[in-house]
Amino acid sequence: MTGAGAATVAEICVVACAEAWRGDGAILASPMGLIPALGARLAQLTFEPDLLLTDGEATLLAPADGQPPADGQPPGADRVSEGWLPYRGVFTMLAAGKRHVMMGASQLDQFGNQNISCIGDWARPKAQLLGVCGAPGSTVNHPVSYWIPRHSRRVLVDQVDMVSGVGYDRAAGLSGRAATFHELRQVVTNLAVLDFAGPDHSMRLRSVHPGVSVSDVAEATGFLLAAPYQVPETRLPSPAELALIREHLDPEGRREQEAG
Amino acid sequence: MLTIADVIGELRSGMTIGIGGWGSRRKPMALVRALAAAGLTDLTIVSYGGPDVGLLIAAGAVRRVVTAFVSLDSIPLEPHFRLARQRRAIELTELDEGMLHWGLLAAAYRLPFLPMRAGLGSDVLRINPQLRPVRSPYADGEELVAVPALPLDAAFVHMNRADARGNGQYLGPDPYFDDLYCLAAAHAYVSCERLVPTAELLAAGPPQSLLINRAMVAGVVETPNGAHFTSCVPDYGRDETFQARYASAAASAADWAAFTADFLAGDEADYQTAVARFRAGAPA
Repeated sequence: MTGAGAATVAEICVVACAEAWRGDGAILASPMGLIPALGARLAQLTFEPDLLLTDGEATLLAPADGQPPADGQPPGADRVSEGWLPYRGVFTMLAAGKRHVMMGASQLDQFGNQNISCIGDWARPKAQLLGVCGAPGSTVNHPVSYWIPRHSRRVLVDQVDMVSGVGYDRAAGLSGRAATFHELRQVVTNLAVLDFAGPDHSMRLRSVHPGVSVSDVAEATGFLLAAPYQVPETRLPSPAELALIREHLDPEGRREQEAG
Repeated sequence: MLTIADVIGELRSGMTIGIGGWGSRRKPMALVRALAAAGLTDLTIVSYGGPDVGLLIAAGAVRRVVTAFVSLDSIPLEPHFRLARQRRAIELTELDEGMLHWGLLAAAYRLPFLPMRAGLGSDVLRINPQLRPVRSPYADGEELVAVPALPLDAAFVHMNRADARGNGQYLGPDPYFDDLYCLAAAHAYVSCERLVPTAELLAAGPPQSLLINRAMVAGVVETPNGAHFTSCVPDYGRDETFQARYASAAASAADWAAFTADFLAGDEADYQTAVARFRAGAPA
């Protein structure tokens, strides 16, 4: 995997996911899915070194000495345990607002209402999915972003069947601090990066990945997408970022199975 | 000190039973297997759900599941739960993860509810009309959700070590919410990988690994490999091969009948023998 070669879609997505945590400082980054996890680690290794990250269970891991690994160092040997965060601790960080999660979505609408519970009427689902998990609490307590590996009208829908994660239109109706704490940051897909800077906090096209047109994205989206007059291209990974992804974070190339 | 049969003998149809662990991690599967075989019905199961929920549903023991998710972790969707929901064979109380925690904590504290922000704006409130709002009585007047206590008739948790009096020790990375399940329950039952003399508990881990104390517990049962096929680190990890077999067997009634005949027809000792044969590559 070593060496040059243009960045793949998966690698562009890893960097776009990393960018979602830019500026967050010392908060818990909770990535759901491999590409968000690689993105969070890339951010921690480069421009966002204060991020807290777990091993996927209850141990917080930091880069050893705060430095990227030396060449040839075996994966795993270059991180140190810096803390303990079992699920009860994650719930505490969530409620304290010291967390930014990037979740998946089986359905996501124009205002960022997310569904991971079931497809169809909740009382008689056509397809039972995971369940709401922590989405209701996360979305009214701290920043949330989404990762959509296959951007399509099946996922980016006019209306979700069950609101697991709360969108901007619903949050606007909330009294108290829930509305203040509610913040949807970015949606990274295999085609584009989106945010909620459209009218009334609706979803807006922020950038398209190289080789993807604005009409490709519009065609794959089940609602009218706000877009600036000129849509920039998603930034490419730098050579240093590509080297970290390919040689250190995911030398087996597992990322290629999650996006494309 | 109890046997598995002693524990199951304390339970009745219609009870609300809480099951510790998380997803497919450190689940008290030996007790769950015995409960599934006991012929009880109309149980309400409170769980961060994994194959515990699936096995009990497959056995026809469940009326209602109270949960935030049901997952096998490495296999995202639990097949029996999924089918049962799609066939409308079970009732579901679907809560946010933190709400389940709060409901157990409220029950443990003997409070009627605890206030929480989770749920506001989401369809969790639409599908759970029993969840009521509550307004802060202080100057802020903030509106929150009153998460009702989740009292349990019985709870099962699985520990790495325990002593005969009911002190339980976890040696893995996460206590999950096992202490709260015990305190939320009228009767809590601890299964353990290995029963040790009290004086030896600290040989395996520090004092803070002693999550469960005997005041929380009605009985202890030693069930080696009793969390199988879920993970029980550091004693053993998840048996992914077996879990995949379980999940694929759920796809058809005939396959599930064969799986049941191979692994679930006898008692816990028979199960462990069949698993050992499966692991050795021989027909179960």
